[in-house]
Amino acid sequence: MSAPRYDAIVVGGGHNGLIAAAYLARAGRRTLVLERRPMVGGATVTEEIFPGFKFSVFSYVVSLLRPEIIRDLDLPRHGLQILPLESTITPLDNGDYLGSWADPDETRRELCRHSPRDADATVLFGRLMHHMAMAVKPILGMVPPDPASLAPSNLAGLLELGGHFRSLGAERFHALHKLMTMASADYLDEWFEFGPLKATKSASGIIGTFLGPRSPGSAYVLLHHYMGEIDGAFRAWGFQKGGTGGISETIARAARSFGAEIRTSAAVERVTLRGNQVTGVALASGEEIAADLVVSALDPRLTFTRLVDPKALPDDLVEGVRRYKFRGSSGKVNLALSGLPDFTCLPGPGPHLRGAISISPSIEYLERAYDDAKYGEFSRQPYMDIVIPSMIDPGMAPPGRHVMSIFVQYAPYHLNGGWTDAKREAFGDTVVKTLARYAPNIESLILHRQVLTPADIERITGLSEGNIFQGELALQQLFFLRPVPKWARYRTPIRGYWQCGAGTHPGGGIMGASGRLAAREILGARR
Amino acid sequence: MLKTSPFHSRTAPLVRAQTWRRWAGYQMASAYDPHPDREYASIRNAAALLDVSPLYKYRLTGRDASRLLDRMITRDMTKLAVKQVYYTPWCDAAGKVIDDGTVSRLSETDYRLTSADSSLRWLHMNAAGMEVGIEDVSERLGALSLQGPLARAILEQISPADFGTLKYFRLVETTIRGLPVTISRTGYTGDLGYEIWVEPPEAGALWDALIEAGRPYGITPAGVWALDIARIEAGLIMLDVDYFSSHHALIEARKSSPYEINLGWAVSAAKGPFNGRRALAAERARGPAWGFVGLEVDWSSFERLFAAHHLPPQLSSIAWRSSAPVYQSGGQAGAQVGYATSGCWSPLLKKSLALAHLSAPHFAPGTAVELEITVEHRRERARATVCKLPFFDPERKKA
Repeated sequence: MSAPRYDAIVVGGGHNGLIAAAYLARAGRRTLVLERRPMVGGATVTEEIFPGFKFSVFSYVVSLLRPEIIRDLDLPRHGLQILPLESTITPLDNGDYLGSWADPDETRRELCRHSPRDADATVLFGRLMHHMAMAVKPILGMVPPDPASLAPSNLAGLLELGGHFRSLGAERFHALHKLMTMASADYLDEWFEFGPLKATKSASGIIGTFLGPRSPGSAYVLLHHYMGEIDGAFRAWGFQKGGTGGISETIARAARSFGAEIRTSAAVERVTLRGNQVTGVALASGEEIAADLVVSALDPRLTFTRLVDPKALPDDLVEGVRRYKFRGSSGKVNLALSGLPDFTCLPGPGPHLRGAISISPSIEYLERAYDDAKYGEFSRQPYMDIVIPSMIDPGMAPPGRHVMSIFVQYAPYHLNGGWTDAKREAFGDTVVKTLARYAPNIESLILHRQVLTPADIERITGLSEGNIFQGELALQQLFFLRPVPKWARYRTPIRGYWQCGAGTHPGGGIMGASGRLAAREILGARR
Repeated sequence: MLKTSPFHSRTAPLVRAQTWRRWAGYQMASAYDPHPDREYASIRNAAALLDVSPLYKYRLTGRDASRLLDRMITRDMTKLAVKQVYYTPWCDAAGKVIDDGTVSRLSETDYRLTSADSSLRWLHMNAAGMEVGIEDVSERLGALSLQGPLARAILEQISPADFGTLKYFRLVETTIRGLPVTISRTGYTGDLGYEIWVEPPEAGALWDALIEAGRPYGITPAGVWALDIARIEAGLIMLDVDYFSSHHALIEARKSSPYEINLGWAVSAAKGPFNGRRALAAERARGPAWGFVGLEVDWSSFERLFAAHHLPPQLSSIAWRSSAPVYQSGGQAGAQVGYATSGCWSPLLKKSLALAHLSAPHFAPGTAVELEITVEHRRERARATVCKLPFFDPERKKA
């Protein structure tokens, strides 16, 4: 038999799969990426759903793309171009708004309009969160050590981690503990008084999870926001020119430049095994491709129960994957618009349309939106994070026309009676109606509407239960517990079979860290 | 009192943070927004509109206009076609650079020279015995620079000229919404871009036409801060920042030859007599003592210097323009081999860049050096690599 053509096959051409492939190829491994859809990117894609209008269909901003990946893979040379997203406004029910602008003086003056006390508190809160983010940041670049294991490789990591936390000092360690355990609304109550400010800040703590702002554990996710601000120095936060698909294409070009091959419209049916050793993959087309190393960039459910027969795996792993929570809680509405929305609180065109628009008027509003979801319905008045990408990159829509991206929460995957076409349209109507309360002309501008429920996200991207992070970013399934205890170091019990998606540490967002760390572990492992 | 540009009535209300600066005696915007990030981004993403009226401009006419320019500049005037533009330095008799600018050939005997500094006396001195009209038109000509990937799409909306055939460093006399203008495919950003020359009475209407037609294409007025980052990425040199005019240098050491500021390519070896020819030929033969190159700061070394103080790296969104020593690689013992004169964090390339003068042989691409930076009040050395300019050179610039 002739030797396999490939040293490694990556299943799934999302950004983490592509990053893992790029690192493997850079290290000289003959690497093949297999992507089921006709384009790379997974949930990081730009598609022209309506002629002339380009949608960042799923993910819509770059948040935490790791600076070391940008440098290692020389992404700017391959087309990375992150444009500034400078402001956030929160329209209020009384016709006013709360704004946060690129200039700190303008932001401060704006906040003083609502609460001079909060304007001062913001500075001190920002400093604390800076320290918290600095404390947690090294963890993003670390293969998680298992505190229950005394294996030498673990011990080194644990010692490093222990030393790191000791260096924080008591005060910051206690603050970190609170952040790790509290509800985001309670945590923010300790600092601020102005409701819309707390609501808008807490919103970043609920994105992608099935938690409300009053659910314990939601405070931790706030930190991710501030992590972006530290890397703000590196300006890794913003909007990719051409939409988020531009990021995937950039990484794909980098991977190809190192020699990786990428095949689209190539769905992998299963991973082939001989005993406990990987031998390659079998495609849905019947084709088999041999390789001693297969890396799954898919989520843990697909990695451990679809690509391989769970019978080949230890019971506790299979049980852990069964318990791992997906519970998609968000949807997406993408609009092609004939003109710009006119917000009652800030009429006419203006700089606010170049930033984020957050529909989060109060904590109660967000908690009520969660209440609906708890009982199996989509929010009657949902939280929405809106951007108008064509205001930042004019190439996203024909001149004078616009695209609008609306991230919507909550839309539970497990909807009472299940998702149907009628329910999807009702959900889309709810989103537009909610927005129309603040921008009454929106309905008259819509040329095309794309509504994506968690069921649609699952159907199109394959993400189980439509969870955008390949599983909730909840404390019980982070770090050495992601995706399951004992298997948080990108390995699997099957020789040559690895995992690298957002379902592994450190999780989701267009961060790429799991793809990089997995490749590093693979390259460091004895063959 | 500083002068104001012909576009002042349009630009002044937009300078929200009152961030003005002086440029050649004019009051010009450093930035329009309090934060210059978006103005810079528009140069690389959409289209930026910059007021470059403070440039000195001269009209040279008559039988000997070409001869005058040929005596003055280092490039060969006999090869400059009608409707073509040269970028060129000019030197004193010792081959040291006085200034750099553009020469446009508007017709057989009609030329326009732009310069960073006043050049009237030098033109007259060189014109001795020639039949040439020299006219300072600096205040009779406003100039806007429209730079960025969508610059052409905007002009196509409002001008009958054929921009598909207007090549890099060519010009066309045409109209914009009926206003007579000259448009040259030139700029100071290293991107696709055009400079538009107009008489002051028409300036306001030209600005309005461009803004109106450019709005759907994301046109953004941009100030000097944004331009400064773009020109560093493009490796374009700036008088009084990166080098001194030989006419102003107080000491010999401050003078540079074209070879020493990366403009050797613009020195014709074949042309007839011109200022500095002999000195430049000799320098070409022996090799220049200095090179003007790019430096890319090594990120991990940069990050470590800040991490020692438990800080994330601090990056400014404004380019720096002060001299910083450059050392031979090798820790605190490394000897100084040159100095950087300007630099910036490139939001596009995600790198810290600098433009530097390095003595021979340290300017060879790939050479490891160390750049002095100040971290928490302490002088530190960050590792850096010498690289060829420009840092950024997109295909669209010339396509």
